[in-house]
Amino acid sequence: MTEPAVNTSPKTWDEIKTTTCYMCACRCGIKVYLKDGTVKYIDGNPDHPVNKGIICGKGAAGIKQHYSPARLSKPLLRVGERGSGEFREIEWEEALRIATLWLSEVRNTDPKKLAFFTGRDQSQGLTGWWAAQFGTPNYAAHGGFCSVNMAAAGLYTFGGSFWEFGEPDWKHTKYFMLFGVAEDHGSNPIKKALGKLKAKGVKIVSINPIRTGYSAIADEWIGIRPGTDGLFVGALIHELISAQKIDGEYLLRYTNSPWLVIENPGGADDGLFARNAQGSALVWDGHSGTPMPALSPDAEPKLMGRFKLPDGRRVVTSFQLIAERFLTPEWAPEAVSERCGVPAGTIKRLAAELARTAFEEQIELDIPWTDHLGRYHEKMLGRPVSMHAMRGISAHANGFQTCRTIHLLQILLGTIDVPGGFRYKPPFPKPPPPGVKPAGKPGQVKPNTPLPGPPLGFVTSPDDLLIDAEGTPQRIDKAYSWDAPLAAHGMMHMVITNAAKKDPYGIEVLFMYMANMSWNSAMNVPDTIKYLTQKEPDGSYTIPKIIYSDAYASEMVHYADLVLPDTTYLERWDCISMLDRPISEADGPADSIRQPVVEPDRDVRPFQTVLLDLGNRLGLPGMTRTDGSPRYPGGYADYIVHHERAPGIGPLAGFRGPNGKAQGRGAPNPEQLQHYIDNGCHWYYELPDHMKYYRHVNWAYLDWATFFGFMGKPEPVIHQLYCEPLQKFRLAAQGYGKVVPPAEHRRRILDHFDPVPFWYPPFEGEMVRQRDYPMHAVTQRPMAMYHSWGSQNSWLRQLLGRNWLYMARSMAAKLGIADGDWVSVTSNHGKIKAQARLMDGVNPETVWTWNAIGKRSGAWNLEKGADEAKKGFLLNHLISELLPEREGGYRYSNSDPVTGQAAWYDLRVRVEKATEQSAVSEPQFPALKKIRRAK
Amino acid sequence: MTSLPPPSAKKLGLVIDLDTCVGCQACATSCKEWNAQGYSAPLNDSNPYGSEPTGVWLNRIHGFEVKEEGQAHSRIVNFPRSCLHCEEPACVTVCPTGASYKRAEDGIVLVNPETCIGCKLCSWACPYGAREYDQSDGVMKKCTLCVDRIYNENLDVEDRQPACVKACPTGARHFGDLGDASSNVSKLVAERGGYDLLPEMGYKPVNKYLPPRPRRDAHTAKAEALPKPDGSAFDRLFVWADKLLSSKRVVGRVSDIDNSGKLEG
Amino acid sequence: MHPAYSVILFTTASGAGYGLLALLGLVGFNHGQASSVAFALVCMFIALGLITIGLLSSTFHLGHPERAWRALSQWRSSWLSREGVAAVITYVPALAFGLVWSGLIDAPRLIAPLGVVTAVMAMVTVFTTGMIYASLKTIRAWNQMLTVPVYLVLGLATGSALLAGIASLFERFQVFQAVLTIALLLAALILKFAYWRMIDEAPRDHTMESATGLGSIGTVGQWEVPHTSENYVQKEMGYAVARKHAKTLRRFVLVLLALALLAMLASLALSYFAILAAALALAAAVVERWLFFAEAQHVVTLFYGAKSA
Repeated sequence: MTEPAVNTSPKTWDEIKTTTCYMCACRCGIKVYLKDGTVKYIDGNPDHPVNKGIICGKGAAGIKQHYSPARLSKPLLRVGERGSGEFREIEWEEALRIATLWLSEVRNTDPKKLAFFTGRDQSQGLTGWWAAQFGTPNYAAHGGFCSVNMAAAGLYTFGGSFWEFGEPDWKHTKYFMLFGVAEDHGSNPIKKALGKLKAKGVKIVSINPIRTGYSAIADEWIGIRPGTDGLFVGALIHELISAQKIDGEYLLRYTNSPWLVIENPGGADDGLFARNAQGSALVWDGHSGTPMPALSPDAEPKLMGRFKLPDGRRVVTSFQLIAERFLTPEWAPEAVSERCGVPAGTIKRLAAELARTAFEEQIELDIPWTDHLGRYHEKMLGRPVSMHAMRGISAHANGFQTCRTIHLLQILLGTIDVPGGFRYKPPFPKPPPPGVKPAGKPGQVKPNTPLPGPPLGFVTSPDDLLIDAEGTPQRIDKAYSWDAPLAAHGMMHMVITNAAKKDPYGIEVLFMYMANMSWNSAMNVPDTIKYLTQKEPDGSYTIPKIIYSDAYASEMVHYADLVLPDTTYLERWDCISMLDRPISEADGPADSIRQPVVEPDRDVRPFQTVLLDLGNRLGLPGMTRTDGSPRYPGGYADYIVHHERAPGIGPLAGFRGPNGKAQGRGAPNPEQLQHYIDNGCHWYYELPDHMKYYRHVNWAYLDWATFFGFMGKPEPVIHQLYCEPLQKFRLAAQGYGKVVPPAEHRRRILDHFDPVPFWYPPFEGEMVRQRDYPMHAVTQRPMAMYHSWGSQNSWLRQLLGRNWLYMARSMAAKLGIADGDWVSVTSNHGKIKAQARLMDGVNPETVWTWNAIGKRSGAWNLEKGADEAKKGFLLNHLISELLPEREGGYRYSNSDPVTGQAAWYDLRVRVEKATEQSAVSEPQFPALKKIRRAK
Repeated sequence: MTSLPPPSAKKLGLVIDLDTCVGCQACATSCKEWNAQGYSAPLNDSNPYGSEPTGVWLNRIHGFEVKEEGQAHSRIVNFPRSCLHCEEPACVTVCPTGASYKRAEDGIVLVNPETCIGCKLCSWACPYGAREYDQSDGVMKKCTLCVDRIYNENLDVEDRQPACVKACPTGARHFGDLGDASSNVSKLVAERGGYDLLPEMGYKPVNKYLPPRPRRDAHTAKAEALPKPDGSAFDRLFVWADKLLSSKRVVGRVSDIDNSGKLEG
Repeated sequence: MHPAYSVILFTTASGAGYGLLALLGLVGFNHGQASSVAFALVCMFIALGLITIGLLSSTFHLGHPERAWRALSQWRSSWLSREGVAAVITYVPALAFGLVWSGLIDAPRLIAPLGVVTAVMAMVTVFTTGMIYASLKTIRAWNQMLTVPVYLVLGLATGSALLAGIASLFERFQVFQAVLTIALLLAALILKFAYWRMIDEAPRDHTMESATGLGSIGTVGQWEVPHTSENYVQKEMGYAVARKHAKTLRRFVLVLLALALLAMLASLALSYFAILAAALALAAAVVERWLFFAEAQHVVTLFYGAKSA
């Protein structure tokens, strides 16, 4: 008997099209294999700069996302009570007419009565611009509950950020520290790089209360107590400064360390930089013994010292203030050890390892370059220590200052954008902070008028806040108010609560896109559901109209009045733009597109095209020609090609100008999308070697970046270790300046707006009794579900169809909890029941679970009784969006006081064996009615 | 043809690096999606949108806790598991119909879906849990080492590797000829001490696993600490800061430098 | 291992059928032609009926019963294939034996040789069935010296009890039948007891450490399973009966066998007790076979949380 013949060269497809993945925020290039117009297989595009051919667990399951039975198929108009799931299918024309009617009423009277918020939106370049054109300041994506602490801390400190705005120099680094990352943006690049680091023997240290995923393969795991990373990093800084293991030259040349800070306690200028008449900050020139402008090539600035200016003011260098803070014994490893749960000896050893790698294993690349002051450097000096940090740092109320502390550590070691360190990805660096200010001040919001600027930006003093004379917030989410002055990404997590409480005011229309705000994106789910359905005495809803766009029957769909069904990611045009969130490499800028690889088989439309259509129907000037016709009749694809933010600058940087020969800046090219398709749906420009490092101060790069429109002018990005804008808020809190906080906000501003990074305990832990809630509770993002946790995906839900509450064996033994027991988890806000699983690799005072696995019964068109609903659970039910009342009865948002970042990970709980052991999680919400699919 | 062919010179297989696997499931879903339309198609799921959804997967990722001597905490090792394409596979010899066979040419173990009667005995004979019965299809399914990819002339040359290997983001999966001592996979096995699973069973798996590397942490790293001389750290820093300046250009006499940290002038 | 009822039915029914058939062959060898056509036909019908029901039921758990014929091809390597071949071949001498032994075909000289061949083939078939299980290295409880003897003896004992029972109905009950059945039941009881001791004491050589190869680093425990619902491997190979429950069932098997013995003894006084004995013996065999599966731990369970196997 012979072997059967096997066809080893089957061709199971008839066409392969490239596009961009949307299963998470990583945005890898994919190849979609099609047969007779159906998707057969998806794999990574080897030519793509982001993933270079690899694909993750979610990306490879995209086919099940695309063909999910949870897809919406027709516009829906609510006919029953909100939440009842009673909808009537309507035609698009009717849907758009209704939306236009609702929105135009608002725009004609008071545009801020529209709250327009988006979730996993990858078109914020468009949506933010649309909001500004509409004239409402009430716009943001989900950054406020995602990672604004990381973005803000980085952008205010060194004009870049962790997140996807930069990455370690994977090629040269010799030591890598990872803070609070289970799975996040840049998921495939990080994985790929970790594999390479392991192969090269580069030491990886993971600081994370939980030892899964990346932490599992790290050489060293620091199972830190949640919320104490700032203390831990501060102790490393203490050790390094004590031993002078810091890069003095880097600090002198490229940071504001030598800048002179005025010391005038109680005075209006206390803590501000001493500046000359032109506004330039001053340094103390050691050569002449006089102050000189910081950026003068001749100055020999002193790093430390207190001086007296010719006008008699007393000044001190920024660095001296930093050194004075971190040299105090309270930052010694021994002092922080117990609070962090990290032995002092470990902290000392890690500091020594950092110092050894940075200073004894330095790298020199034979690449000459010229700095911002025209100084010629023969080589590029590298300190091969790199770091990356995300959610575990960000989702605490002290996240902004903690992230600044990490950046301080990076900069003290001289590792930002040097070989082996942490590198910017173009369009970064930007000025710290970028120059754009939020629009929406009193008087800027007018009927039928666009905002004079974008709704989101970077405030640098209280004058920039969006508040009225009484200090009342102008935005519905209270971003850029005294509650959260640097809320650069808005505070989506507060919108529904504030709208329902009409604090600061009520709204007319809530318009949301891809944001599951009635479920896993809400803190405090039960009350959020209550707010969404809350009625006024006259029987009308407190939030009168809710328009929602999504591709799937998520929990939020059920609370909408008008549902605009979106396409899947394989059915649409999109651009991954540098005007939004870049996919660039550290070696050069990149952007990409999505093209429709299959036609929708349902009556759905891409949201971005719908938004442009609505814009035209509303007569928004940017979307309407003077004759009333649409400016972008071809929808989003038309906009992508023809929209210009500044002359020659549009959503896509590649293939501009005649014949697509121009890069960065150039006239719109009608053939641009075809050029992208021909190039695998992406564009990447690799910088020449002399522009690959030191870009914050690299003359050639700064010039080039200015041409590309990344910066307004070719000015160096001097790292702001001492953050002067924060001090301006403190001065306001002392009563100085035109805009001062009301008395009840002053203490909070004074306490938290320290211009030198510091640490304070997360609020929730301080406001509840330790004895009542002794444990920390956090979530981790499962690698195979992150950003694809809708459970509509039949493959991914087999991998993780339910979740458990994981806890340390040692703690479980103390609490009398066995593996598999059902436990009750109680916070100061609520109580849930979940099934416990025991493990070793977790900080003993911490319990955790996978994020967003629990689903509401009936949602996502899953069958009732699906495991996600029966056994799965969310920690969200335990988290309040508001902190307990303070003196005076005011309840602040449960957020970082600086940025408004939602403090998900501050949660404190008590865990006990549940009295009732039935295998059902609690709370169980009434099942949602299935959304009927159109025939 | 369940009698085994003479040992082939070519032994295609996988080398899986447990040191770098982060448990991301990319190999599992990539395997599922390729094979759901490839040689093993379909790979059925039962109850895909209901409770206890389950289906046929040819590659599954386990997580183990490993407690090392002297370490306070276990480490987690992510552990992908699929067919090991044994040199002496009992799953093949027990097959009553000859549907299960080992290819003479490259050693890949396959099931012929046309002749499998679905008796499941091969899955009983396999110690590695590599064979999954497809209830709807009534036949046994297993890893084919992507026999319909690795030789597929319709694919680009760099794509002619198993879907799991191509997908793996951390590069923890390697594919090659383990019969060739000079192949990359054989070298990896030699360098890193690649090993067999359940070697005592005697099935001689072709696939090898690379062990996790030793940690470098509080228990195993070299003791190190920065020097901490007596006296004021602040004063030393001050002196250092000034040397920093004077090393570049002489700016004044040492006595002029205020190292008190107090006000100057 | 998951105790599939089709397989339990198959092995117990065909075991008893082949046991009966083998004994009938010996009866023919010893005594020549049967004393009555009816008796012979009933005996043969029951023997071959049980065998056929068993074989048919074994195809119930196939994914493709229509392809079952293919299972006859791999007799060189596969015990399952050998069993199929043996089972099919056995029909030939068995049918021929039935025809001549009952006297439907008058060929008395062929009775003895056909009887022997039939008896041998019946036992060979049961032997191959036992070997399917005994040859699996992955299942410690089956990969034992006593697995095949238990199959053979239980088949013979249940067959013998059946023969005695049928004989009693036809008033052809003989003391010898009772003695033989008692001896076989006693042997089954002892062998099964010894088997259980053997599997309880047999070393569990395979561990989670050797399965994962991580033993060189330390002790291994399970952290996460690949999928949150049970998969085929877990359902098929991961079935495990609770130890306490198994103990009770083992006692139940022994009690059933002992009761069958007592019934057989009673049959010496009243022959109809042999029918009760046959029923008890068959019941014992069914429970024994269920336990044979339910107590068997597969090596693959090491990947799903078992510490050793």
